[in-house]
Amino acid sequence: MKPILELKNLSVSYTPGKNAVDDVTTDIYPNTITAIMGPSGCGKSTLLRAINRMHDLYPHIRTTGEILLKGKNVLEMDAMKVRRLVGMVFQQPNPFPTMSIYDNVLAGYSLNGIRLKRREKDEIVEQSLKSVALWDEVKDVMSKRGSFLSGGQQQRLCIARTLAMRPEVLLMDEPTSALDPISTNKIEELLLELKKQFTIIVVTHNMSQAARISDNSMFMYLGELIEHGNTTQMFTKPKNKRTEEYLTGVFG
Amino acid sequence: MMEQVSSTRVRKGKDKIALWLVCIFSFIAMIPLFLILWDVVSKGYKNFNLRLFTEVTPSSMDALLARVNNEPIPGGILNGITGTLLIVGMAILFSVPLGLSIGIYLADNQNKRFAKVVSYLTDLLQGMPSIVIGIIAYAWVVKPLGSYSALAGSVALTIMMLPMIVRSTEETLKMLPGAYKEAGLALGSSYTNVVFKVLLPSGFGGIFTGILLAISRVMGETAPLMLTALGASVVNWHVLEPTSAIPLLIWDFYNDPNLVDLVWSSSLLLLIVIFLLNWIAKTVARKWKV
Amino acid sequence: MKDKLFRFVLFFAALMILLLSAGIIYSLVSRSLDTFNEYGVWGFISNAEWDPRKATEEYGALSFIVGTLYTAFFALLICIPFSLSVALFNGEYFKGTKVASAVSSVVDLLAGIPSIVFGLWGFYSVRPIVIALGVNAQGFGIFLSSIVLAIMIIPYASSLSTEFISMVPNNMKEGAYSLGATRLEVIRRISFPTASSGIVAAYILALGRALGETMAVTMLIGNTDRIPSGLRGTGNTMASVIANQFGEADGLKLSSLIAIGLILFIITAIINLIAKMVMKRLSKV
Repeated sequence: MKPILELKNLSVSYTPGKNAVDDVTTDIYPNTITAIMGPSGCGKSTLLRAINRMHDLYPHIRTTGEILLKGKNVLEMDAMKVRRLVGMVFQQPNPFPTMSIYDNVLAGYSLNGIRLKRREKDEIVEQSLKSVALWDEVKDVMSKRGSFLSGGQQQRLCIARTLAMRPEVLLMDEPTSALDPISTNKIEELLLELKKQFTIIVVTHNMSQAARISDNSMFMYLGELIEHGNTTQMFTKPKNKRTEEYLTGVFG
Repeated sequence: MMEQVSSTRVRKGKDKIALWLVCIFSFIAMIPLFLILWDVVSKGYKNFNLRLFTEVTPSSMDALLARVNNEPIPGGILNGITGTLLIVGMAILFSVPLGLSIGIYLADNQNKRFAKVVSYLTDLLQGMPSIVIGIIAYAWVVKPLGSYSALAGSVALTIMMLPMIVRSTEETLKMLPGAYKEAGLALGSSYTNVVFKVLLPSGFGGIFTGILLAISRVMGETAPLMLTALGASVVNWHVLEPTSAIPLLIWDFYNDPNLVDLVWSSSLLLLIVIFLLNWIAKTVARKWKV
Repeated sequence: MKDKLFRFVLFFAALMILLLSAGIIYSLVSRSLDTFNEYGVWGFISNAEWDPRKATEEYGALSFIVGTLYTAFFALLICIPFSLSVALFNGEYFKGTKVASAVSSVVDLLAGIPSIVFGLWGFYSVRPIVIALGVNAQGFGIFLSSIVLAIMIIPYASSLSTEFISMVPNNMKEGAYSLGATRLEVIRRISFPTASSGIVAAYILALGRALGETMAVTMLIGNTDRIPSGLRGTGNTMASVIANQFGEADGLKLSSLIAIGLILFIITAIINLIAKMVMKRLSKV
């Protein structure tokens, strides 16, 4: 099988001469969930944010190397196009407070100036909300503001908003760390469902979550990718000593 | 769907134009300051000399004669400088203790209904036009005492300074960690001592900055003084007599073609003092940050 | 014991604000009663005639109310593109950079310049331009005073708007960027709607400033006691007519000027109240 995403010598630095992500090379395959783990400050979020060019928003951040999405270098493409192809879900649920639930799902379209017919809109909203299992809960309160929902619902709304754009890859930056266990559980089930259609990369500091949902795991330490492989294998027989120490709780 | 996205170039174009417009309009918004400074400095430096500080305003007649003979204006604005010192000085004396007390009260009783009313009224006073405050000081001081006076002027400026000092004191004290107060009280100190030995010293930067800004704000006030202090052509230290002030003199010079040469040098002095106060306030705020 | 006394002093000081406000309202009302008794409240407000000649004495506030609203709103209109740009420059595009702090320092300095110096500058430097533009022969009038007034309120409008625009949470903006939006689209769809109440409040407060501004307007508006004929016309605002005529006034004229002061006070109080309510709504969202 061909990888959907290839990282080649990827480095990211906030201050010159000091790499927050240091020379990472690896492949990610379609319809899998990859978990990125590591102690805080190890560069896992930085790596994730490089993939959809979020670093472009901050001029002092430098990204070098290559990120190939289906063979095309993301770093040389138009950033706005990249962000539509590579969706992102953030740690804090961030539905747009001035928009209704309905408009939140369609925010990607309206922000990009894409006009849709009413029927198309309804269809996208229903489909997206159904795919995050939120449809039944909100179908009667579509015109309410997104900020009225519970934290878990808000996060699922944010996932729906991202899915509505039909991205190739879905990036998630600790999507459940601000949520209660029940909501977390729902989102995890959702991810297992979503991987049938999408490729998912999720940053997590929760090892058991990584073990529960991911096919492959990456372990990062001080900006370097220490180990990347099958999750079960990594949790049972880590190749690297530092991975083992982290997984057994020696540090982290 | 992707065809519709092909308008990316248009969207990026709009994005760039917006950035340019913001930069251009922001730039234009800054120009007046420099034009004003240029006007005041280039026209004011000629008469900005020792005389300005040591002599009182000349009479219109003397100024006219000097003008005809091509001599510099025979006089300065000493009466205005002393008047401003007197009026603003008294206003500081009235407004600072009162403003500090009210600020401490509001910071400490945030949830009391009475404090909320007082807080709202403080906003009301802060938004009150200075000319209306002039009317009030006229009605309260000038009318009953039967004469325009420095005191009336300082009452007007006090009413202007008060809400600013209250707000800055209240805001600064609210930013202090509540633990300061509790720690002080836990040591067995009295509330009075906690306020004077812990709270006010810790909030000194913010409070002092607020006072300086309030002073700089009223320094150039003209309208309320026209209705209260009126003006005088001699140096006056008597609080119940009509007194001049620098902004009042600027107004006089503006209206008297013979004295108009002094208008810019007095404005220059006023701006220097105000900007100096602002600069000190900013420095203090930076150094004693809470 | 000492504490009790101290707490009482603080309370008493706070009480002073209450007494001060009550006293202000009492004095303004009681001293304008002569006028209201003579013409009635509505009669005074709706009459555009202002004739101080003893024989034909007649006083109405309408000319000045219209003049005030005219100059203040026109000034606000001119000020909006500039102050909004400054707010976006400092609170969004160049947030936290040295350029932004330089720009905000410059704009802050503008706020420190006394009204009377703005008046001088308007008279000597802006008026010739207004004449050259052919607005009117003397340059004085609504147009000239509104321009100078607009410059005077830019710092007030922009500093508050900056605060509210820079308060828009970063994760909200990143959410929009991650969907492929441009910066302009993020500003229009996310930042502005989120900060809208605050921005509106900022402009209401700036309007309040413009309504009460005295010296600069007095020096530039032309001081005619009629309803201004238009942007090119001359007039008087409530504040400028008081500044201009208070000194020589007595009797019914004095009472009428104080009545105008009362009306101005009420208008600015209402403006401030509205701004406060708008901001309160913001803090609830």
